[in-house]
Amino acid sequence: MVEKPLDIDQKLCKGCGICYTLCPKKAIKGDEKGKVVVDNPDLCSKCGICESHCPDYAIFVRREKK
Amino acid sequence: MRPELQKLFRMDKLPHIWCPGCGHGIITRAIAEAINESDLDLDKTVIVSGIGCSSRAPGYMHFDTLHTLHGRALAFATGVKLANPELNVFVLTGDGDATAIGGNHFIHAARRNIDLNIILFNNNIYGMTGGQYSPLTPTGKIASTSPYGNPENNFDIPALAIAAGASYVARGTAFHDKLLIDCIKEGIKNKGFSLIEAMSMCPTSYGRRNKMGNAADMLNDLKTTAVNINVAKKLPPEKLEGKFLIGKLHHKPYPEFTQEYDKLIAKLQKGAE
Amino acid sequence: MTSKKARLIQGNRACAEGAMAAGVRFFAGYPITPSTEIAEIMSEELPKLGGKFIQMEDEIASMACIIGASLTGKKVLTASSGPGISLKQEAIGYACMTEIPCVIVNVQRLGPSTGGPTSSAQGDIMQARWGTHGDHPIIALCPSSVYECFTLTVTAVNFAEKYRTPVYVLMDEIIGHMREKVILPNIDEIKIVNRKRPTCPSNEYKPYQIDETLIPAMADFGTGYKWHVTGLFHDETGFPSGKPKVIEEQFKRLMTKFDKYSDEILSWEETEAEDAEILLVAYGSTARSALDAVNILRSEGIKVGLFRPITIWPFPEKRLKTLAEKANKIIVPEMNYGQLILEVERICKDKASVGGLFKFNSLPITPEEIMFKIREVL
Ligand SMILES: Cc1ncc(C[n+]2csc(CCOP(=O)(O)OP(=O)(O)O)c2C)c(N)n1
Ligand code: SF4
Ligand code: SF4
Ligand code: SF4
Ligand SMILES: [Mg+2]
Repeated sequence: MVEKPLDIDQKLCKGCGICYTLCPKKAIKGDEKGKVVVDNPDLCSKCGICESHCPDYAIFVRREKK
Repeated sequence: MRPELQKLFRMDKLPHIWCPGCGHGIITRAIAEAINESDLDLDKTVIVSGIGCSSRAPGYMHFDTLHTLHGRALAFATGVKLANPELNVFVLTGDGDATAIGGNHFIHAARRNIDLNIILFNNNIYGMTGGQYSPLTPTGKIASTSPYGNPENNFDIPALAIAAGASYVARGTAFHDKLLIDCIKEGIKNKGFSLIEAMSMCPTSYGRRNKMGNAADMLNDLKTTAVNINVAKKLPPEKLEGKFLIGKLHHKPYPEFTQEYDKLIAKLQKGAE
Repeated sequence: MTSKKARLIQGNRACAEGAMAAGVRFFAGYPITPSTEIAEIMSEELPKLGGKFIQMEDEIASMACIIGASLTGKKVLTASSGPGISLKQEAIGYACMTEIPCVIVNVQRLGPSTGGPTSSAQGDIMQARWGTHGDHPIIALCPSSVYECFTLTVTAVNFAEKYRTPVYVLMDEIIGHMREKVILPNIDEIKIVNRKRPTCPSNEYKPYQIDETLIPAMADFGTGYKWHVTGLFHDETGFPSGKPKVIEEQFKRLMTKFDKYSDEILSWEETEAEDAEILLVAYGSTARSALDAVNILRSEGIKVGLFRPITIWPFPEKRLKTLAEKANKIIVPEMNYGQLILEVERICKDKASVGGLFKFNSLPITPEEIMFKIREVL
């Protein structure tokens, strides 16, 4: 089983749009309310930009241990 | 949230009160990252704030936290640090909190070079009270109390801090979060008054009135207006017009207040033996 | 042990020494007449004791600074007068709300505004009670001798610690600057009270717990309890709450927390008061003139007595009410336009006629003036 790269806490997301606007790979998008949803997980490069710019701590990007 | 950061937050208090897209959440996270990477004793770390949206941050952070009065955070923090210099003391404050009502405490804490780590959330507005102009609202911008454009001038916060005696001064933004984390970490290492101006954004009370787009647009503005000081050194002045500098702006360590006071105590007590 | 010796010292010095004897190890202040000597003495003595003195940039900062220091477990003091006490008010309210022990010495001078920096007055009685906004509990003690400046400052520190509250020592310029011969108690004769600290595990700690003591335990910052302090209305965990039920419960505890302890908190002194037909109610330096007046008039056979509240806030209401049953006239001399008389009238108006003798021209009230007033109503 492959682990999901993105762990999203929908309860915390306020739908500001920062994460999916900044995502360089367009791996995530907004739903009809603007809340984040994973669109295309295979595109995700695990860059972490979404995680570190989410004002609401709703995203956790699983990255390989350094 | 990344599991290793969760121990620094009061997870049960989330979601926080901030509006969607508020830059304060991003900066608060950067502070937690910096603390996490700095190997501080979390039991001996105190976070003090004043009043404002930014000053609500400590309520979400799992430390001894002190949410005080508008403008007075540095005065409270001075008491905490001087009474027990063993403690690592952070001060989270807003542009209004630190430079308007708290301006006097700001320059005097800097003058003492007391070992405090100040993270000043600058969103160019009084966010909490609904968008009145602050000493950092750019001239000409619209606020609820400057409906014809702000007629006043701004402070240059780093210049103010340096002139007053801060031994470490840096600036980061909610967009340049890695740089911000590095600046906070360096500030923590500096034994003295460390001021990190963190450019934030307030889509609700500032962005909307000034037609700056959504939160992502405002983050993008921070990205394009900031110039790293190392890059800026190589640029001609005309390229820097309308820009602001980020990175380490000043670092000049000199004797720190609480350490000097402890030396005085040691001397007096030795003399009495 | 050092043997006791008589010394000729100022009220301000006695106050500073009382604070240190009670365990105060942190002082923040800003110079202002007529309280400055207290800061000067603290700056000299505290570092010798391993304590800290800091001269802040203003009185707002001084008040905030001692609250911060108190949170680390230190016993703390600030001293000021008139304009400086006005500046401290917002932070005093913060200490009431967050229940952080601290002592504020107010060496009263003539006001309002810059008023008379070197003139004595008793014009801050109501400010001590209601100076900060919103309903709040407060304790204020009022010395009328140099010796009492020492002992009541000790008591103030003990009360602050025990009841988690700001406490005022309400001096006046005369008391602060007057020199008297005193023999101060030895350190081992002084009762010291320390705040209650939690013993439970940190995850069970409730800094504003409502229990039968009404005074919750307070953890020192830096000891792992990781608690939150805010001037917003908060629940027993210390975190903000806007729930009307929580606000009401915590507000009630705050407003009634001294009632349970009134036997210990309330103190006063009576001279010939039991059978007095004319009762003087006087405090601070004015009580000294009142005492002289009582002694002189008693020798003439006039039934005059003195009730001197030492705890001004909360006011020793019950006892005064009892005395008022017998006395048919009450006179309140005070160096202001009539402040404590409002409280005395409230308490006694159904029992006795209450009149005032007010002086506000920078001069003290003399025994002669009080006697004149008494003869007037005889
Ligand atoms: C003595 C006092 N004056 C005014 C206020 C009202 N007030 C609360 S927050 C605030 C402005 C906060 O602005 P800033 O420090 O920039 O923080 P932000 O909300 O923008 O993060 C004001 C004026 C107050 N709480 N106390
Ligand atoms: S980790 Fe990077 S690529 Fe993946 S979703 Fe987040 S921003 Fe997009
Ligand atoms: S940045 Fe965070 S809050 Fe904003 S849409 Fe994305 S997940 Fe939601
Ligand atoms: S008003 Fe502005 S600063 Fe305050 S929470 Fe909303 S966006 Fe943030
Ligand atoms: Mg602001």
